[in-house]
Amino acid sequence: MSTTIATPTPGRRFARKTSRSGVTLPLIAPAVVILLIWSIVPLVMTLWYSFQHYNLVDPTQTGFAGFDNYQYLLTDPDFWSSLINTLILVGGVLLITVCGGTLLAVLYDQDFFGRGVARLLVIAPFFVMPTVSALVWKNLMLHPIYGVVSSLLRGVGITPVDWFSQVPLLTVVGIVSWEWLPFAVLILLTAVQSLDHEQREAARMDGAGAIASFFYITLPHLRRAIGVVVMIEMIFLLTIFAEIIVTTSGGPGVATTNLAFLIYARALLQFDVGGGSAGGVIAIILANIVAFFLVRSFARNLEV
Amino acid sequence: MRPSIAKKIAIALLGWGIAIVMFFPIFWMFITGFKSEVDAVSTPPHLFFHPTLQSYAEVQSRANYWLFAMNSVIISVGGTVLALLLAIPAAYVMAFFPTHRTRGTLLWMLSTKMLPPVGVLIPIYLILRATGLLDTRTGLVLIYMLMNLPIVVWMLFTFFKEVPREILEAGRMDGAGRMGELRHVLMPLSLPGIASTGLLSLILCWNEAFWSLNLTSSRAAPLTAFIASFSSPEGLFFAKLSAASTLAVAPILIFGWLSQRQLVRGLTFGAVK
Repeated sequence: MSTTIATPTPGRRFARKTSRSGVTLPLIAPAVVILLIWSIVPLVMTLWYSFQHYNLVDPTQTGFAGFDNYQYLLTDPDFWSSLINTLILVGGVLLITVCGGTLLAVLYDQDFFGRGVARLLVIAPFFVMPTVSALVWKNLMLHPIYGVVSSLLRGVGITPVDWFSQVPLLTVVGIVSWEWLPFAVLILLTAVQSLDHEQREAARMDGAGAIASFFYITLPHLRRAIGVVVMIEMIFLLTIFAEIIVTTSGGPGVATTNLAFLIYARALLQFDVGGGSAGGVIAIILANIVAFFLVRSFARNLEV
Repeated sequence: MRPSIAKKIAIALLGWGIAIVMFFPIFWMFITGFKSEVDAVSTPPHLFFHPTLQSYAEVQSRANYWLFAMNSVIISVGGTVLALLLAIPAAYVMAFFPTHRTRGTLLWMLSTKMLPPVGVLIPIYLILRATGLLDTRTGLVLIYMLMNLPIVVWMLFTFFKEVPREILEAGRMDGAGRMGELRHVLMPLSLPGIASTGLLSLILCWNEAFWSLNLTSSRAAPLTAFIASFSSPEGLFFAKLSAASTLAVAPILIFGWLSQRQLVRGLTFGAVK
């Protein structure tokens, strides 16, 4: 007893710390451990395969490959074009959905007849599964002969475009933007609604026009919400797959092949597990670079 | 200053015009499902036609919708419930007993979401095959649980942060242990937040099309695979495709519309107070 009195501070601090982690650790550990396994085991396996000659249809090629798979991949022009396509896809969709989402959020914040129903119609595409969106756009909307869009174009005297062969990447960007615009509207609309109406009223009294109050009041208020939209969308846009396999299968040529689809094609269509894994490792490295910057900027807004 | 009538009408027209354009593909899918195959490809397209259930009957005879729908429900609900069970205690600890590692743990969790699934498809495929979980509902439930866990933890964390500490401490005074505090005080208080987290997770599972297409073939195939089987053109297929798509989308669309108010709260990750 005398010893505890003699050194009260470290002893008590130690006791408190162990008792605290003793109670909280079993609660947090399952989630952390399971995620750790999920993020490390497949990663290590992918890393292992990426240094192997491993082709499912060519069992003669086995053994350590060194950096062969990486060298093959990095000198392949398809790889670089897939990287650029990924950038265009992510950048294009983000640009369209963030700008469009902000404008639509301001629009649907206005009071008008049937606003509630109109909002439900606008957000509907977010709930539609990507495979269905892609199929509906490819066949019912954009089909060069039977599609509604083609008919409309013919109706006004324009020769319909064969979207998926003439402007394939832009068309995919358009379809994906249609899916994600509702998400941006949902979040930004909630943010706009939380804006203090008195503040806007005061600005109007001071003679600020609609455009000035949009740039000086609404937009700064939306900063954090826009950050959330960019981050969540980025997570999903980096790994776009269903829309591409359903509409173009990466083509024509490699015009709509993004990194995710390139890896899929290498590993599962050309049975080159080693090459596909090397692509996987590169994709993971790139995703981590993006994650690092995104998460860092997001962390500034995070109060823990 | 009241906006003039003309301005009000202009806003209403713009709001409705954009809404109709955005919704049009879904509307068109819905009505094409009730057309005959010949009507479905008529040029110019008809808005008025003789409705028929023929396509729905053909879809059902080609692939048993209920089987796929059942798989979708079981896999989505299973993955969501498991993720919630793991995430609720973890988010509780991080929100109320933060240490110097909490922030890093949260950010690390989010960064695992950015790994492209395709990068680890091969190992996951081989692991599932080795454990006999390939093409089973259990396998997909586990994958979906892992896939959504980071986002679920994050959303719950932001909701739990909104619960005042004092209320939990009052419960602690009454002698509730950690688990008691979690179950009897925190969970009832943040039920709306837990609900909206679950809703988002359900929607993400239902619509997920990478793992479900690559890891199932027949027994455990959900509706995404059902749709994929109607994607290859065989003669006239627009009406059948539309009918199948409507069947696959309708449950989650109605569910999403009904729960949108709830859902939005969760999606904002605490960015909107």
